[in-house]
Amino acid sequence: MLGFLAFIPRAVAQGIPLLFGCTGEIVTEKSGNLNLGLPGVMYVGAISGVIGSFFYENSVGSGSVNPALAILIPLACSIAGSVIMGLIYSFLVVTLRANQNVTGLAMTTFGVGFGNFFGGSLIKLSRADIPSISLSKTSACFRARLPFSDSTGWFGDLFLSYGFLAYTAIVVALIVAYVLKKTRIGLNLRAVGENPSTADAAGINVTKYKYTATCVGCVIAGLGGLYYVMDYACGIWSNDAFGDRGWLAIALVIFTLWKADLGILASILFGGLYILHLYIPTGMDHMERKELYKMIPYVVTLVVLIITSMRNRREDQPPQSLGINYFREER
Amino acid sequence: MDSKQPVLSMRGISKQFDHIKANTDVDFDLYKGEIVSLLGENGSGKTTLMNMLAGIYYPDKGQIAVRGQEVTISSPAQAYSLGIGMVHQHFKLVDVFTAWENIVLGEGGRYDVPRAKSMIRDICNRYGFVVDPDKKIYNMTVSEKQTVEIVKVIFRGADILILDEPTAVLTPQECERLFDVMRNMKEDGKSIVIITHKLNEVMAISDRVVVLRQGKNAGELETASTNPQEMTDMMVGHAVTLDIERPEPVNPRKRLVIKDINVTDAEGVPKVRDVSFYMNSGEILGIAGISGSGQKELLEAIAGIQKVDTGSVIYIDGDGNETELIGMHPQDIRELGVALSFVPEDRLGMGLVGNMDISENMMLRTFGESHKWFTDREKPRKVAENVVDVLEVSTPGLDTPVRRLSGGNIQKILVGREISSKPKVLLTAYAVRGLDINSSYKIYDLINEQKKNGVAVLFVGEDLDVLMQISDKIMVLCDGRVSDIVDAKKVTKNEIGLLMTSLGGEETIAEGADSHNG
Repeated sequence: MLGFLAFIPRAVAQGIPLLFGCTGEIVTEKSGNLNLGLPGVMYVGAISGVIGSFFYENSVGSGSVNPALAILIPLACSIAGSVIMGLIYSFLVVTLRANQNVTGLAMTTFGVGFGNFFGGSLIKLSRADIPSISLSKTSACFRARLPFSDSTGWFGDLFLSYGFLAYTAIVVALIVAYVLKKTRIGLNLRAVGENPSTADAAGINVTKYKYTATCVGCVIAGLGGLYYVMDYACGIWSNDAFGDRGWLAIALVIFTLWKADLGILASILFGGLYILHLYIPTGMDHMERKELYKMIPYVVTLVVLIITSMRNRREDQPPQSLGINYFREER
Repeated sequence: MDSKQPVLSMRGISKQFDHIKANTDVDFDLYKGEIVSLLGENGSGKTTLMNMLAGIYYPDKGQIAVRGQEVTISSPAQAYSLGIGMVHQHFKLVDVFTAWENIVLGEGGRYDVPRAKSMIRDICNRYGFVVDPDKKIYNMTVSEKQTVEIVKVIFRGADILILDEPTAVLTPQECERLFDVMRNMKEDGKSIVIITHKLNEVMAISDRVVVLRQGKNAGELETASTNPQEMTDMMVGHAVTLDIERPEPVNPRKRLVIKDINVTDAEGVPKVRDVSFYMNSGEILGIAGISGSGQKELLEAIAGIQKVDTGSVIYIDGDGNETELIGMHPQDIRELGVALSFVPEDRLGMGLVGNMDISENMMLRTFGESHKWFTDREKPRKVAENVVDVLEVSTPGLDTPVRRLSGGNIQKILVGREISSKPKVLLTAYAVRGLDINSSYKIYDLINEQKKNGVAVLFVGEDLDVLMQISDKIMVLCDGRVSDIVDAKKVTKNEIGLLMTSLGGEETIAEGADSHNG
């Protein structure tokens, strides 16, 4: 029970970046844009926040930071970085009608390279001994817990022990689910992703919806990167540490059948699977088994893909025009 | 009517796509409370002209005035705000949405579901539509989908309605119902444009006919004072005979015997149930039925590309030798002389590869014949030349990707290729789908020529008039079963319509009679 109690908050912390990524990608995919640049976007969201935070911390020197600024500056930088990624993708795919898969993969390569380049530069600037940047002061603001969470025992550990971005992730997922299901904007957006020519004929501005959904999706996904570096990694940036969380987030979108509310539970589950290998005792003799346990999230993804492709309820299918660009005067 | 001001008028409209002039200097007027038929062959620019009213295309030249006010219509939303709504030939509906979700889609204002649903119910009551607002589109029949489309347009406040070939996919009974609704709307003061190929419908429903030819005005007629022959001549530009010949079968012999075929689709839904019939050489067997009644699966089963649960298909050659086709490889069936030409709704889906050129598409059938390392390009090219020549395919050259050709020309290539393989059995489905009169008659001639050569022809068609004129016998399918097999010379259109909707045509006779009284 004690091990389990310790495991859940870790699983949640692992799950939050996935949840951000998954929610963001759902918003994007509902507009018919398959943004395979998601890992790159999350990377850029992270490094942009790191850049903002780095210069802010440097400017205050050894003094103490203003908590509001320490949060707002990295947040604003992260959002700006993600929006630019979203705009690049939308411009290529919606305006120039470039192939979505190719554009997405290029965006991932670009985003990861962008992150590692500036990460490397900052590491040089900070003249650190180890190849990483430590932003402990701003990170402390991101990781601030509710003041009474320590006095509430296991309840506090399970539910109140996270930084504000974690709660934001859940709220955002719930809002996205509500908007998609219950509002006119959601209806219009889903129509754009299902059948853009229908949406167009009904008077919906398809281009506007695709741009907006892609950029909003990128901002949400970018927050996942920000959460990872500022909260989960305690403000320590090292190149390539973010790993393949972006791809897992895309897998989650399929796993949840494009339902943002389901993403909350699914991402925590995946977060748990991601770190499960740390909690299964293997002893010193069988270290190789640990490597097998690390495979679990990917194996689960494969299994889920098989299962979902066998079910064929129409409502569980991806948006019908996902990955296909729209041109009104196509004959 | 001329003294009144038109509710809609277009003057000198021109529109060009790449190098093709779709419309040149077209004038068009519409008055309040009238139904106008817009008539023309394929590619005469009817749909393009109307799309410019709906805000899908933007005219290169010309003026549009609505209720006397000159306007520019640059988007569908703007068309709606001017009271113009269009029901497109390919429905603009989101499959996974319910009827009401589709109807309110794109509408501005407050998102109030109960209000929207009650408005939909009001519209249905007023004009006699039957729509379940909560039904998903993918569960609907074609006719139901069309109803949703029309309700949507009215819901958005349109009093100028444009219907693009609305009857192409309906049974005769459904057409009647649609026409009743259209008459109700006309009485309510709405103006309607109906785009169609079918002259009998023009006669039945419209007040006035506007004819386009090659993107230009060809003339205007009062329906009451014209006849189908006059309209056709105006549409084509020269006199055409409207009769399809039906040569008497010469020496018919059993060619194909189909017995108790059952086919189930991938989702476990039975598509063809206990279907038995036979085909004679030198005869045309027409198949009628609402689309999706198992026509496609039946044809595919005979051609060997659809798995058959039970049943047998026996091919009898000229010498009386019998061969069981079930279980044979499609390639072997083809080599026996069974050719399939199926024209799907999107025309390119089956049989042709859009990005390949004409001779390469011919090669798709013959590449197996040369058992060499390298493909034989010479023979397919000759076949292609021949098809283009005989069928008068208009194409820039044999190297043009077929997707760039117009629908009619694509179909000629598909049908032409199947015929050029000199089949013994020709299975053709929707060979004239969406084709204009001139091209259609060319295809009918081709099929009749095959018949005279002793080929057993299976002709799946949509237009019952044509089916009744060209076929020797008609088999009517209803929900995957054989409703009846009738003599095409004796049967009436109404009888076929009833057979299409119920087995043996009995159950709905009472209902059909009702709808005629009402």
